[in-house]
Amino acid sequence: MSVVVLCAALPGLDPLTGSEVLVAQNVAFAVIGLTMVAAALRMVTTTNVVHAALYLVIVLAGAAGLFILLGAEFVAVTQVLVYIGAIVVLFLFGIMLTRGSYGTDEDVGRERHLMAALVGVLVLGVTAGSLVDTFRDAELARSAPSTAAQIGDSIFGQYIVPFEAISVLLLAALIGAVVVARSD
Amino acid sequence: MLLNQFLLLSAVLFGIGVYGVLARRNGVLVLMSIELILNAVNINLVSFAAFREAVPGEVFALFVVAVAAAEVGVGLAMVLLLYRNRRNIDLTEIDLMRG
Repeated sequence: MSVVVLCAALPGLDPLTGSEVLVAQNVAFAVIGLTMVAAALRMVTTTNVVHAALYLVIVLAGAAGLFILLGAEFVAVTQVLVYIGAIVVLFLFGIMLTRGSYGTDEDVGRERHLMAALVGVLVLGVTAGSLVDTFRDAELARSAPSTAAQIGDSIFGQYIVPFEAISVLLLAALIGAVVVARSD
Repeated sequence: MLLNQFLLLSAVLFGIGVYGVLARRNGVLVLMSIELILNAVNINLVSFAAFREAVPGEVFALFVVAVAAAEVGVGLAMVLLLYRNRRNIDLTEIDLMRG
């Protein structure tokens, strides 16, 4: 069902859109998008925890590709460095320290899966409906990619207070994680 | 490129993440599904930044990445504590505060 939604959203297949159609970018988007959706579906259905972490890597790398496609180079690089480089490694350490706990999802009730899938599909349906209704054929502007200098100016100018708050939050989370996980 | 193709892909990923959070029992897998949801939000933010040709969307995407890192650190510490005390990380068995 998700594949149908994605294909319907591809403008390159529609001769009525009129404006310039960027075939190469749309092909890249289709490949990345289908890969991401397939990997995400495998991630939430596989019973092997390590495989789930590796599928998560595929989804995160696909998101980095989308950011490049959107001209957000700095966010893409940060995505690869922080998410794939640090967070996934953290997950793998978590799996290792909890010995994987393999097979805990085997005997989960069928009804639970059904209700969860229902909620997911409903969230998707409502969101997709409102998005299609609001941004029916809004085109992305073809502008120059945003540079790291622009983002730096923005962070250290207009958004300096949220930036400092994030810094304190990271420090607090670090100390909190150490205190919680310490064995005494 | 249409704005909607990015937003719809992000909505699909968000729905899959919601399913993962609700259906999984393993604490680590639930945290991974939360990462999926945060990632979908990031795609939304960057798409709107490209749509409006404004930088703040990307700045907030970076903030979301930082918050996600903090969240995973604390979350995995809690899962670790859970494992140390109960020898498994099944979230459905944590019913200490059930009325």
